Amino acid sequence: MFDRLSDGFSSAFKKLSGKGKISEANVREAMDEVRDALLDADVNYEIVNDFCDSVVDRAVGTEVTKSLSPQQEMVGIVHKALVDLMSAPTEPGVPRVSPGPTVVMMCGLQGSGKTTTCGKLAAYLKKRGRSVMLAAADLQRPAAVDQLRTVAQQVETEMPGGAQVHFYAEPDKVAEYGKAVGAAITVCQNAYKAAKAKGVDTLILDTAGRLHVNDDLMGELRAVNRALQPHHILLVVDAMTGQDAVNSAKAFHEQLEIDGVILTKFDSDTRGGAALSVKKVTGAPIRFIGVGEKLDAIEEFHAERVAGRILGMGDVVSLVERAQQEVSEEEAERMAEKMAKGQFTMEDFLDQMRTLRKMGPMKQLLGMLPGVGQALKDVQVDEKQLDRIEGIVNSMTPTERKDVNKINPSRRKRIARGSGVKPEEVSQLVKQFGVVSKLSQQFSGMGIKGKMKAMKDLQAAGGAAGALGGMGMPALPGMGRKGSTHTASPKTRFKKRRK
Amino acid sequence: MALLKSMMGRLRKGLDRTRKAMGGGLRALLGGKRLDENLIRDLERALIQSDTGVATTRKLITGVRDAYKTQRLNTGDEVIEYLKRELKALWPEQDRALHFSADPGVPTVILVAGVNGAGKTTSIAKLAHALHEQNKSVLLAACDTYRAGAVRQLEIWAERLDMQVVKGQQGGDPAAVAFDAAEAAISRNVDVLIVDTAGRLHTQDSLMRQLTKIRDVVRRRIPQAPHEVLLVLDATTGQNATQQARQFAQAIDVTGIFLTKLDGTARGGVVIAIQQETNIPVKFIGVGETPADVEPFDPDRFVDALFADE
Repeated sequence: MFDRLSDGFSSAFKKLSGKGKISEANVREAMDEVRDALLDADVNYEIVNDFCDSVVDRAVGTEVTKSLSPQQEMVGIVHKALVDLMSAPTEPGVPRVSPGPTVVMMCGLQGSGKTTTCGKLAAYLKKRGRSVMLAAADLQRPAAVDQLRTVAQQVETEMPGGAQVHFYAEPDKVAEYGKAVGAAITVCQNAYKAAKAKGVDTLILDTAGRLHVNDDLMGELRAVNRALQPHHILLVVDAMTGQDAVNSAKAFHEQLEIDGVILTKFDSDTRGGAALSVKKVTGAPIRFIGVGEKLDAIEEFHAERVAGRILGMGDVVSLVERAQQEVSEEEAERMAEKMAKGQFTMEDFLDQMRTLRKMGPMKQLLGMLPGVGQALKDVQVDEKQLDRIEGIVNSMTPTERKDVNKINPSRRKRIARGSGVKPEEVSQLVKQFGVVSKLSQQFSGMGIKGKMKAMKDLQAAGGAAGALGGMGMPALPGMGRKGSTHTASPKTRFKKRRK
Repeated sequence: MALLKSMMGRLRKGLDRTRKAMGGGLRALLGGKRLDENLIRDLERALIQSDTGVATTRKLITGVRDAYKTQRLNTGDEVIEYLKRELKALWPEQDRALHFSADPGVPTVILVAGVNGAGKTTSIAKLAHALHEQNKSVLLAACDTYRAGAVRQLEIWAERLDMQVVKGQQGGDPAAVAFDAAEAAISRNVDVLIVDTAGRLHTQDSLMRQLTKIRDVVRRRIPQAPHEVLLVLDATTGQNATQQARQFAQAIDVTGIFLTKLDGTARGGVVIAIQQETNIPVKFIGVGETPADVEPFDPDRFVDALFADE
């Protein structure tokens, strides 16, 4: 869903690439586009301005970490700022209150998805062994009670978990819109008594959707709040909401002091700026996100992951952090220069591979790259293959490593014997290395599009050559952030390997 | 059209908050002021905060700024007149009437679709009510077989409005219900058949294909149908609204937009964004909770309401 916001960031950060240091001028310029991207993503105007200012403050004066381009550095800063904005120290889920029942009141605008979310929450709790009572306090919308009853039944019969799911309603209290205002309070009170008597763990109150400007109905919510003093008041917000998200969230918060937010319809392609806005104006943590039509389509909210999604970067931040620990700037520059001049040797390659492997298991590293994690879920990454490559290079003499052309059939045989592989495997590695070093030379002079094409050629070269391309990555300046270049190559490569 | 009665007053009432936040706010913001850079920035903020969208806002602001620099605009009041003109010019002459079957013997079919929670069922009740007031017989097809309680919700409205409903089993094939409804509409000789569909996110391809199928199945029985394909859009939706419009248009050739919840939002700007980004006319706006709270959309009046005096 955050794809387009990410695009906005990418183009903003493209401007930073190639520049040596983060200065106020280049940050401001890039932030203009970030600002537009966030506004286009429906983040509230004021919040966007505050956010951009805080990012500029953070960024200016930051020394560009060795081995990283300024754009990568900025990604880290923006990511951190997004996480700070969205996260809150809180216990995840719906903390249990003792003595029970834990009372949860759901509220929100019409059509935000309260009733469905009630069902999802019940399923979530049931799975964790907590019994639930769903109480139908929406007496306004036609058939809302029927809907909740059906949902409760579905959770009871279809969803996993041992705990019981109860349903409470007083259908006779349902009256035509506008006449049943006081009745909702009675229903809630009776539901509480029933829940207590049954020893239910959590009582969830499904209230009617209402406009935050409707005084009568907001009064009803206040009355329910006073009468039952729910432990958790959760505001259900449509993730596609525009600038008005701020106003409605603020209004609900002022009246009820909400304890948490559930964002629904997160599986749409909305850029989801409402997430930022709502968190900012209420201060209440986003607890869950709704991600589909099914009753189990609910996830706990993780600011890091959503921020990562906003930036479309997987967990590049951790990757960047690890790179910072392992690669010195001088080293990276030396390597880049060598590549540009076509002087990249087997020796350098071995160094890079070792550095990369120091950062962690290959699969984990690839999983941090944007878009790759999901694709690699069931793929076995063969670390042994990398061991073999290392073995082959280790069996070469320093002269051979400096100039692979020196490897004649006799030398090849010796290397093969030394590393316990077949001579053909040595030839293959040498051949692919030739392709890679030629490509890396071309790389340095290319624009981003040329680089992407080159990466494709690289994949075509297949096998270890693809791996070699990956190895060169941390040292290729200006290439780092361009997620798509990285994304495509390992994905295709491993698909190929699986075949 | 009976709908047009007292329309101006209702629209203004419905747009009251929009007016306060955007129009009224704008008048308060601009009225009696000298134009300067700060005022232009405030104007930009007001437009953005009304969900007008970055691109359209920028266009309008650039226009204002250029005119300011060349001293064609010097006061806030001139800006108000300028914006009114510019905004009204955004809407070309467009066919905003509800399309009816040309052949009186063939029922008019209105297909209604939208994302979850946009307000489809309520909007259908409003439409049905308005048609009923024009002495047209209406049949409702409850094709939302997915969401629990959806069929019941439509039935309750039908009871209140004294209309008939064709429904299927919960979890059944919505296209089959639509076909039956088309059949029934012909045999019962009704004037208008309104087809309610399940809410679906425009990103779910299989559900969008299902929508196409519903349309095609109805067409098999009534070849010219649907005469009107209304997309129900929540006015509080942000910039995603245009995305929704595009995707639904692709699946079922949307002929008009029914914009809901315009009463609760301070965000009339989305109307402008929709007009700019898609070519689909907004035909109706929902401005309240009762079946009578529907108005045909009129751009000139809409713009005037935005800039009305307090």
